[in-house]
Amino acid sequence: MEQIQTLNGVPLKKQIARALFKQKVRALLLIAPLLIFILITFVVPITDMLMRSVDNSIVSNTLPQTTTSLETWDPKSGNLPDEAAYAALYNDLKLAIEQKNHTKLGSRLNYESSGMSSLFRKVGKDVSKMQPTTGYKEQFIAADKAWGDIKTWTTFKLYSSKYTNGYFLAAIDMKKTPDGAEMLPASERIYLNLFVRTIFMSLVITGLCLLLGYPIAWLLANLPMRTSNLLMILVLLPFWTSLLVRTSAWKVLLQQQGVINDILVWLGIVSNSGRLELINNQFGTLVAMTHILLPFMILPLYSVMRTIPPTYVRAAKSLGATDWTTFWRVYFPQTIAGIGAGAILTFILAIGYYITPELVGGTQGTFISNRIAYHISSSLNWGMAAALGTILLTLVLVLYWVYDKIVGIDKVKLG
Amino acid sequence: MNLPIYASTGQKVWYYSFRAICALILFFLIAPILIIIPLSFNATDFFTFTPEMLHLKPEGYSLKHYQDFMTNGDWQNAMRNSLKIAPVATIIAVVLGTVAAIGLSQSHVPFRRAIMAVLISPMIVPLIISATGMYFFYARLGNFMVDSMGMNANVVEYIKIVLAHAALGIPFVIITVTATLVGFDRSLTRAAASMGAGPVRTFFKVQMPLIIPGVISGALFAFITSFDEVVVVMFVGSAKNKTLPWQMFTGLREQISPTILAVATILVVLSVMLLVTLELLRRRSERLRGMSPG
Repeated sequence: MEQIQTLNGVPLKKQIARALFKQKVRALLLIAPLLIFILITFVVPITDMLMRSVDNSIVSNTLPQTTTSLETWDPKSGNLPDEAAYAALYNDLKLAIEQKNHTKLGSRLNYESSGMSSLFRKVGKDVSKMQPTTGYKEQFIAADKAWGDIKTWTTFKLYSSKYTNGYFLAAIDMKKTPDGAEMLPASERIYLNLFVRTIFMSLVITGLCLLLGYPIAWLLANLPMRTSNLLMILVLLPFWTSLLVRTSAWKVLLQQQGVINDILVWLGIVSNSGRLELINNQFGTLVAMTHILLPFMILPLYSVMRTIPPTYVRAAKSLGATDWTTFWRVYFPQTIAGIGAGAILTFILAIGYYITPELVGGTQGTFISNRIAYHISSSLNWGMAAALGTILLTLVLVLYWVYDKIVGIDKVKLG
Repeated sequence: MNLPIYASTGQKVWYYSFRAICALILFFLIAPILIIIPLSFNATDFFTFTPEMLHLKPEGYSLKHYQDFMTNGDWQNAMRNSLKIAPVATIIAVVLGTVAAIGLSQSHVPFRRAIMAVLISPMIVPLIISATGMYFFYARLGNFMVDSMGMNANVVEYIKIVLAHAALGIPFVIITVTATLVGFDRSLTRAAASMGAGPVRTFFKVQMPLIIPGVISGALFAFITSFDEVVVVMFVGSAKNKTLPWQMFTGLREQISPTILAVATILVVLSVMLLVTLELLRRRSERLRGMSPG
């Protein structure tokens, strides 16, 4: 078969492929600046933070010789490491104290075994008093009994590698031991409960949003355009109002001396002395977050309901279905897509919320995000914050992927 | 939608109770926002309606919280910082976002879905995670800019926050602009090209006027994202760069002062203005694209 050629003698197929290639390159060139911008300002920082959840180089960097000499030591043997290990420790510490790194190492190891922080703070003075001869083992043990404790050395050995899963284990309430990972005693478990609470409360919030959002979305989709546009303002205004404004509003309303309690007292439902505690607990978080996230449920539901032709409902009714059957068998199944979109979006937003739980949640209504912030700014246990963050992010990204599969991220509607 | 004349009693009851339920839900949505407006004119420092206010006596109301907002150095500083950061972050987000959205709406884009997923991710990733990531990375970036490039520390602080906020605003620009481009008639650009206009001229004379509503609403979203953002700025910025929401956050957490209600009222007015602008834009966009304005 003869090849079709373009005017300049190139086969048509080749010419089309070339044009297509050019188009692709042009599209990518247009996208490239933004993609690079996002990668540098957003993706790289987050990846960098996630790496901190396994990074453990501080131990082997501060105590390089000790780490090497402990390689042959078996913590299960029941014997303390030999003199060489103590000598190595002396050399390492001497250098670390000069560079003032020993306290940092102490606080790092303190996450794994309490008492380490004070041991390392004290060792600064101890080492300067030691005689640089032999017999380091006796001198160390004489300075502090902890140096003669196998537990101390076991901690060194367990956390001497460059990378650790220790933070992740701690994030799910487990602990490293020479025999492998073990669950912490029930009284010390906090993170699993916190994850469960975060997920449970996010589910409740999503459920409440669906319960409250569904009727509103239906009303907006079925009223005449003019009325529904007016009512839409009542949905969009909260959506556009600053998050801080809405949170302050709830903080003011729910206080013990606030408007809601005042009204309840005035109505005689509660007595003046028995004002309800509506804030700084789970109730406060649930109410405020449901209010804040409700528009994110209504808008996707509305955009799906608006496209449902009213003829189906009429057809069902004319065939003799009751109102309930019509709704449940004909209308509701058509809104599943909207429910999925709204519910996943609300849940994703709820699970990572920080501001509102922090301000109205007290101690019982806080989320995992608040714990992450605490580790970053108060306890300075950054590895722990990174491990908790990684788990949360994984959860969110899985949901994001599901959302993309069933809704498509480019179909997110804003207002 | 209206109740048919043959409706049974049960249907009538349901019809009216359904409307009552909807009214209650809408009340739940709007009341908390509206109630802070009268409370902000409270003459006392309480967060509830005083008897004088309930009797509509003029002495129950005052502008003292607004006065405090206008004269208090902390609040004014916060306001200035917010107004310095948000517009610049918006401009970066809009310029980069619009160009990329045009690229994304071409007919053949390799890895379109994956690229889109990355570009939208700042909206999805929990803010606290973005904030911690940026906290570490931007601190190093900032030190590098100060130590090696000899930049002024204050300028570096500002650049860090602007970059972070631009990243957070970009998904909104991408979403709104690609949504406008979906309805864009490609033959218009071809017509312009066939009449001899270059790509730049075609863009500014043909494409831009048609997608401008999407661009502006994206810009409004990006602006409000930055203007309303508190988590990232708390981690990336320093106390000198306190923005309005940050100041509100500290106020709410430590000593809650009624000035917050005055600020909140001002912000509500701002969002009403934004909402009206958006609605006008939506109508214009629909008119331009030949749809009937709703």
